Amino acid sequence: MKSNIIKSFIIFSGLFFLYFPILILIFYSFNENKRVMVWKGFSFKWYNELFKNEQIIEAFIVSIKIAALSATFSTILGVMIGYSLVRIRKIPFKAFYIFLSSTPLVLPELILGLSMLLFFISLNNVIGFPSSRGQLTIFISHVTFCIAFVAIIIQARLTDFNKNIEEAAMDLGYNYTKVLYKITLPIILPSIIAGWLLAFTISLDDLVVASFTTGPGANTLPIVVFSKVRLGLSPEVNALSAILMLALLLIGIIYFYFNKKFKH
Amino acid sequence: MKNKLFEKYFIFTPYFWLVLFFFIPLAIIFKISISVSEWGMPPYQELFIFENQFKFNATFENYIYIFRDFYYIGSFINSLILALISTFFCLLIGYPLAFYIATSNVRLRNILLVLVVIPFWSSFLLRVYAWKIILQNNGILNLILLNLGITSEPLQLLYNQYAVIMGIVYTYLPLMILPLYGYLNKFDLNLIDASKDLGLNRVKTFIKVILPLSIPGIIAGSLLVFIPVVGEFIIPEMLGGSDRLYYGKILWEEFFVNRNWPGASALAFTGIIILVLPIVFFQIIYSRWSEKNEI
Repeated sequence: MKSNIIKSFIIFSGLFFLYFPILILIFYSFNENKRVMVWKGFSFKWYNELFKNEQIIEAFIVSIKIAALSATFSTILGVMIGYSLVRIRKIPFKAFYIFLSSTPLVLPELILGLSMLLFFISLNNVIGFPSSRGQLTIFISHVTFCIAFVAIIIQARLTDFNKNIEEAAMDLGYNYTKVLYKITLPIILPSIIAGWLLAFTISLDDLVVASFTTGPGANTLPIVVFSKVRLGLSPEVNALSAILMLALLLIGIIYFYFNKKFKH
Repeated sequence: MKNKLFEKYFIFTPYFWLVLFFFIPLAIIFKISISVSEWGMPPYQELFIFENQFKFNATFENYIYIFRDFYYIGSFINSLILALISTFFCLLIGYPLAFYIATSNVRLRNILLVLVVIPFWSSFLLRVYAWKIILQNNGILNLILLNLGITSEPLQLLYNQYAVIMGIVYTYLPLMILPLYGYLNKFDLNLIDASKDLGLNRVKTFIKVILPLSIPGIIAGSLLVFIPVVGEFIIPEMLGGSDRLYYGKILWEEFFVNRNWPGASALAFTGIIILVLPIVFFQIIYSRWSEKNEI
């Protein structure tokens, strides 16, 4: 019994630690006062201000666009990597393949961002493209580091499910491509959706890599938010936080729904 | 052979993308880091010059410049210490959590796991910002401390290294818990009972049975926290003060403020070299995991 109390206490304080800051943020978003820390009264004032702020709205649209596109591309490429690593025996320079597909998971974003920026500049010097940086260069960079996250999810699922199903289908006369499209992909579909959602939120959330690879007309939401809160607090950002937190938590819950669906 | 064609397509499409947009950019960092810096745009000289004759115009000047100045070396050391301390605290908080989640019954386990990971889905930047609100001089934490009479006037909690550690532990905690849980989850609970039956007490059971079996999870989680934290930029920028300079900040300023591209590249490449060993460790665990389906 004593150990049960300890157990509940640890789990409860852990969850409290994880959720307390988020709740505080949401709480202060309803503060009417412009001075964020001094409570003046409950109000939706800053939500109103937020929706009138064109800079934030515009950045939000840019971010969503980049996130949706890079999630789609990185999901396609990530599924290919996951499939190759689990189902295809002979991969030329496999260690190098693993290096390329797993290092972006841990490499500090700052190094990644700098390398992408210098790459785009060098590429422009050599072939005259991309002539300026902006949404396209952020998109390419985001695809590059989101691939690894999708690949790891797909890999986990492919190792999980029984290869016999695929082999049985082959025995029944399906060819390779047909097995892939009719058997394998439908089975791992929940994981593909989960991978897409993860890539989407990672891209939406990225500040460092986007700061390096951005250009005129491509201010993403984190870039705008960071410029507002780097030195102080902003009541509009509080309102934005509350909305974003809830939206992203919802995406997270959907992710778990799809990711668990396969695991039964 | 149609199969072969299809396999090639699957292997080489992402291969091509990653070589072009990941490997070549890393190579370019190295190239610029050994280029001679100069005023101009771009602010470095070409590495290969073909005028009358071929000239390989390389220099290690940028690395010497970094290693001679304690400003740079110091920031590396600060970042490594910061990463070590943060990893330690993530482990200290994350391990008991992961352990108790893994030993709960199946229904509760899944709910708890989702609850632990969900905050990770909400915006990183905003989670750091939340701590800025909590640690303000008139913030909630100071309010509590004042009311409990622990302190008579508000403490300066923000803009120092402790706030940075707090922010890092908070944001990176789920990355520690997940792999730990993955390994602890596979672990047969009967082993605990067996070791108790054999006369081992709680502490001994933990040290002799549970801990050795969770070492791969500890290593995986620690690497997932340690490596990115060495290059962390946002958290020290938002919560840290001028008491300590970290690698991320120095690199950022070298590039954006000093416009010293070769210097910044040399810093980045030195960072990669310092992190090579942990990254190799990470890959060994990653590839073993992908081959054996360990989690």
